Amino acid sequence: MANTKLKTVRLQLPVSTDDLKGLELGTIVYLDGRIFTGRESVYKKALDEGAGLPAPLGELGTVNFHCSPAASINADGSYNLGAVTATASFRFKKWLKAWFELSQCKIIIGKGGMTSDIYRNFFVPNGAIYLTTVGYGTGALLGRGIKRVVTTYWREELGLAQAIWVLDVENFGPFLVESDLNGNSLFERENAKIAPRLQAAYEGTRPATMARYGETDDKTDELI
Amino acid sequence: MIPQSLIKATADQLMAKAAIEIPDDYLSGLERMADTEQGDLSAFVIRAMLDNYKAAKEDRRAMCADTGVPRWYVKIGNEAQIEGGPIALETSLRRAVADATQDIPLRPNRVHPLWRTDHNNNCGIGAPEIDYAFHPDADWIELTTVHKGGLFGSDYRMLFPADGIDGIKRFYLDTLVSFGKRGLACQPAIIGIGLGGSKDICMTLGKQAACLRTVGSINPDPKIAALEEEFRDFGNSIGMGAMGFMGSSMVVDCHIEVGYCHTGGLPMSVHMFCLSSRRASARVYKDGRVDMRGDPNWFTDYMRRDGVDWDGATSLAAE
Ligand code: SF4
Repeated sequence: MANTKLKTVRLQLPVSTDDLKGLELGTIVYLDGRIFTGRESVYKKALDEGAGLPAPLGELGTVNFHCSPAASINADGSYNLGAVTATASFRFKKWLKAWFELSQCKIIIGKGGMTSDIYRNFFVPNGAIYLTTVGYGTGALLGRGIKRVVTTYWREELGLAQAIWVLDVENFGPFLVESDLNGNSLFERENAKIAPRLQAAYEGTRPATMARYGETDDKTDELI
Repeated sequence: MIPQSLIKATADQLMAKAAIEIPDDYLSGLERMADTEQGDLSAFVIRAMLDNYKAAKEDRRAMCADTGVPRWYVKIGNEAQIEGGPIALETSLRRAVADATQDIPLRPNRVHPLWRTDHNNNCGIGAPEIDYAFHPDADWIELTTVHKGGLFGSDYRMLFPADGIDGIKRFYLDTLVSFGKRGLACQPAIIGIGLGGSKDICMTLGKQAACLRTVGSINPDPKIAALEEEFRDFGNSIGMGAMGFMGSSMVVDCHIEVGYCHTGGLPMSVHMFCLSSRRASARVYKDGRVDMRGDPNWFTDYMRRDGVDWDGATSLAAE
């Protein structure tokens, strides 16, 4: 792996909240063990439609990856799994409370993270953290880390891309610690550092002559 | 006559090449950024991506599992004859997409917008898109596939002549920042900017500028070329790097394409071609030769012609 000054850790799954204690924002993480994929259709079916999870927690693991693999199914029913890349996580917010209750997840992996508010309200009480994928295009590296497709669930109803894939992984990563057990966010920390520079970059630029409806919350604004 | 079997075989090859191998021009651009990036996190992201491209090539697996929405750009020489005509050509290109989805594999990304129906082959109504252009004095065809990913990174705005360069800069910055935060656009990216044209063409020009011009290429109009350079450096100076972390790596290159527009307006589009800037091109000849090409050669003097008639004087510049 690329040399870097950043700290690197390898976590054996399943993890307990205790195992996550020392993890600082921006630490590089690799995983070994059981994970499962689940994105919007899974959340919808499990929670909105009340289906629950299709398998016992022990079988799915407690690491939920917001992703779908580039995969196909061979004629003999075996899996051809190439790469895996995360999907943007911010859209899962509305399900999180119920999702943590149902899945008991300790780690959620995805793209782009969520807000520190969300971490404090939903992750912290459950002793869970968020890991972000890197790039985010590191699909081939992640694909390499998948040692076995254990099984898939809801493939017929949800399609290959939205189904649950249960995966055994080894040296699976890299990921970065985006939220810690106190609910801090790496992205927010970075955005705060960048903000003053942005201020300067905007100087001398010119706001558009015609504003767009929606660029103000005051619906009585004369937008021309 | 260019045989259809050759077109299909070339299309199959291009689909795999695009999905698996990062284009050389983008790779060199990113390697240069890896050398200059001072932000720890941003530098780590770039180096991880460089490892990723290597892994993809070694294992022959897709570089990113979001394999994007595969599409085709076809350039047809004025004298080219295609076996079976354009209908057979389109069938071959659609089949190549469906076959690649199973064989590489690609993610079956394409669904019906309302019913979310997924044929698991990346084909459907209007998918893959196939765009055409022509080239004088040639009897070959050129096939380019682009697998652009990302729900994020493109935007359109109607500006006005009075907004000027400062207004253009503002919208450029707005787009970079809103999609660059948290790295939603998977930068460093090739930025394509479309200026002018009618609205749809403005979008098309910007997209093609991002996806069909190579890193390092410049617009033949020296004043536009200067703007491209200025905008690239400007984008890299805002303090944001890969994944939105502190750094200087936002823009691998900036390409601007223009089209004549309505006298009252200045339509502008911005597009970001991500860390998986997937494209592959080949020229196919009637005698069975196939040239794999690093440059899609989409924007030629002929494509950018300004006058009414084409006198052919500069057409060789595209060769
Ligand atoms: S934007 Fe590009 S690199 Fe990022 S996930 Fe999508 S295809 Fe992959």
